[in-house]
Amino acid sequence: MNNSVLIIGGGIAGIQAAIDSANMGFQVCLVEKSPSIGGRMAQLDKTFPTNDCAMCILAPKMIEAGQHANIKLLTYSEVLSVEGEVGKFKAKIKKKARSVDEEKCTGCGICIEKCPWKADSEFDAGMGKRKAIYVPFPQAIPNVPVIDREHCAYFLKGKCRACERFCEAGAINYDQEDEIIEVEAKAIILATGFDLYDPTPLREYGYGRIQNVITAMEYERLSSASGPTAGELKRPSDGKIVSDIAFIQCVGSRDVRSNRYCSSVCCMYGTKEAILAYEHRPGTKSTIFYIDLRAVGKRFQEYIQRAEDEYNITYIRGRPGNIELNRRNQNPTIWYEDTTTGETKSLEVELAILCQALIPPRDIQKTASILSIELDEYGFVKTPDGLSHPVDTTRAGILACGCVHSPKDIPDSVVQASAAAARAAEILSGGT
Amino acid sequence: MSDVRIGIFVCHCGKNIGGVINVPEVTEYAKTLPDVVYAEHNLYTCSAEGISSIRQKISEHKLNRVVVASCTPRTHETLFRNACEAAGLNKYLFEFVNIRDQCSWVHMQEPEKATEKARDLIRMGVAKARLLEPLEEVEIRVTPSCLVIGGGVAGMSAALNLANQGFEVYLVERDKELGGLLLNLNRLFTINGKAEEVIIPLIERVKNHQKIKVHTSTEVKGVAGFIGNFDVTLDQKGEERKIKVGTIIVATGAEVLKPVGQYGYGDKSNILTQLELEERLNKGMGDEQNIVMINCVGARIPERPYCGRICCMVAIKNAVLIKENDPRAKVWVLHRDLMTYGTEFEKYYQKAMEKGIRFIRYSLDKPPEIVGNNKVKAVKVYHQLMGKEMVLPCDMLVLTTPLIPHEDNQDISRMLRVSLSEHGFFLEAHLKLQPVEFATDGIYICGCARWPTDVPEAISQACAASAKAVIPMRRGYVRPEAITASVNEDKCSGCGTCVLLCPYNAIELQSKDGKKLAHITTAQCKGCGTCGAACPSGAISMNHFRDEEILAQVEALVI
Repeated sequence: MNNSVLIIGGGIAGIQAAIDSANMGFQVCLVEKSPSIGGRMAQLDKTFPTNDCAMCILAPKMIEAGQHANIKLLTYSEVLSVEGEVGKFKAKIKKKARSVDEEKCTGCGICIEKCPWKADSEFDAGMGKRKAIYVPFPQAIPNVPVIDREHCAYFLKGKCRACERFCEAGAINYDQEDEIIEVEAKAIILATGFDLYDPTPLREYGYGRIQNVITAMEYERLSSASGPTAGELKRPSDGKIVSDIAFIQCVGSRDVRSNRYCSSVCCMYGTKEAILAYEHRPGTKSTIFYIDLRAVGKRFQEYIQRAEDEYNITYIRGRPGNIELNRRNQNPTIWYEDTTTGETKSLEVELAILCQALIPPRDIQKTASILSIELDEYGFVKTPDGLSHPVDTTRAGILACGCVHSPKDIPDSVVQASAAAARAAEILSGGT
Repeated sequence: MSDVRIGIFVCHCGKNIGGVINVPEVTEYAKTLPDVVYAEHNLYTCSAEGISSIRQKISEHKLNRVVVASCTPRTHETLFRNACEAAGLNKYLFEFVNIRDQCSWVHMQEPEKATEKARDLIRMGVAKARLLEPLEEVEIRVTPSCLVIGGGVAGMSAALNLANQGFEVYLVERDKELGGLLLNLNRLFTINGKAEEVIIPLIERVKNHQKIKVHTSTEVKGVAGFIGNFDVTLDQKGEERKIKVGTIIVATGAEVLKPVGQYGYGDKSNILTQLELEERLNKGMGDEQNIVMINCVGARIPERPYCGRICCMVAIKNAVLIKENDPRAKVWVLHRDLMTYGTEFEKYYQKAMEKGIRFIRYSLDKPPEIVGNNKVKAVKVYHQLMGKEMVLPCDMLVLTTPLIPHEDNQDISRMLRVSLSEHGFFLEAHLKLQPVEFATDGIYICGCARWPTDVPEAISQACAASAKAVIPMRRGYVRPEAITASVNEDKCSGCGTCVLLCPYNAIELQSKDGKKLAHITTAQCKGCGTCGAACPSGAISMNHFRDEEILAQVEALVI
């Protein structure tokens, strides 16, 4: 395979870079490690500050990437090695065995329906279950299931084969093996996004110990119509639909114990999640604890204003010190100092949401060593001249865009994605 | 017997529609409508499965009209049209019915009425679909050159990216020199390098590039035409020149607010804006020992609700430079929220604190007050953490003000027929996914003309705008929508009403057989329908929205 641009990561940044490069007329290979493109944006319910449904605006882009004549999609695939230099990179890519023949599969979904085995759904942030043979979400591209061999009874115990029995297309192939594909590329764009901070080490907030303390991504899935509760804000302990909730900002951000940097988007996504709670159940009361309320984008301040005026949302400046469990009703009680008055107070709510930090992808060190690029002190991609060449990396011909650079919102990621495509086009045109 | 064969696809959109509307019932109802030979409902019609079903059912049931009842044409029309086209059906034989925005979302509390309305809308859609006609799109050549308006860091970066890909660029700057706002800055965060070390080499590269034609002291006086074929009139000190370009990038920047009358600015001698402080820092500071900065002056207030995005960083940078220049100097930054978002900015802020710069938070209901008559001698501020008022000695007061849009953005927006937001900055096509595109094809936006940005963000946006502009130029042609107006020459009286009303300058009167007749340049027509509605002779009809199609819809509703 000879592709002009190799793009690693199939979230909104990678998809946008792929579409732009392909529309410029270049051949693109888009590599995504999970079974579908879509990335983090696909998991979100709605997006600030327009409250556009995330999937509604993302799905057309996913389909465009999936159907584009110039884009070769390699999902469920990982880059193993990259050799060569700008203008003549050679990458080895492992296409993991799906155990389903992509050519034969019609996407009818009968295999999923009949599969008797379940596992935690990664897409639903562990809030729901999926089958052992699954597509991560209904709009998945490609719409081809994958067998999770670690949870499939046939792979574990040698019996079941229910999916095979019901598949009319004969697409199930238990013997499928990983495939190694070689790709040539003149430029590479890295867009592997971010992972989310696991707040378990911050013991004072009780995550993992208090059931009704959840992370923001878990909340997104609860709030989403395609999520495990079909959009009902049922809290984990007893399924009660909540109407009094709190959000804690800077969980794993701006903290010497975890990450000193600011994650850029939490103030805004926290506000959005509180607005959505009210929209799900008018009258719902939300309290947001913050240090600085960072709302710097277009129409962001107006969004905050509306949150206060129309959506029963109160902002309190202070980083809570402790969350206790009220054993009688399973409510979390939040202890905090309101730093504008100096008073120490407590607030009991039905559900507390930790606005967790965005962290570099957990495999970023491996990616960096495969690509021979340098990282900054936090593990995000380092830009040698961040001022004049904001999407370059320390290696010529390798560009980076989106959150793998540093945490940022969707418009900024999309801008960088297009910018990376433009830089790649410059390189492919013989420029510098 | 009619040979129209309509297929209908009703979407649940997960719970977005299906949670309110009874989709299976609506689908059954759709099957009873005239000429409907097939109907189904999908969890997500826009999923790969839904799309392939549309294609399959077109051939299976020999469908020659397709109706999708789901969300909005704004995001999904192209997708469904393409599915029709892939199955060999002219894409204008597709009709969209919006039962999400117009039914399930707005009537969420009344599911039965929402379902009834969905039935009505689908019946109307079918009535129109029966009368749809195939349309052909014309191919328009694209001139492989770009006009970049504004010669600041954004405009120059866009020009270089385009030129390095081999496209001709006309870079127009109204000032005498290239460089824009950066010419007036001292140093740039976060590396604290000299602004001139960034901007001067960039100017040199732009000036020396064979593909870039720089026009300084020049303004764009007029723009006519459409994507691929813009006719631009440049005005260089009264001397006019015409050029032809395929695409246009707007990079006209913004200006710094002068806070006249606020905190005594303009009356008292020792009050500066951050921009004026940059000049002082560049030339060398005096012996001021106590410097107080107030942030959010003229920003995040009811009259100007937005946050200037970069002002906090500008203040911190200048505070750091003062401190580095004279470590004995005391600098206080009075702020509301500190907007040091991301990795680098937050680190910069932490370093500033380590250098001894004092940050004091104030709130809008207790703003700082100044003490002194001809000069500011002190600043009083309520310190929230200490819970008391503090009096800070002050030799120099620096007001941090936001970037504001240029006044003549109005003129440019009118000339290019692009929109401005309520703040006066240029308005992109979609806030989230089309941040550097305008709703008008072939015209793109970047840098502070869109929203305040720092230098790397401006350069990223410039490259992004370039990416969008090269797509039609590399391809060499575009195919605009075939939904346009057409003139029935027998009915046209040549009155010219349409010519005056057309917002896209797509209509002119032409002489034909001694008679004046309206002529529509199809490539320029956006199909807005203004002319069709206004034509007193009923001579103009809109393809895809012909009178009989609309009347059939109305009839279907009222029966």
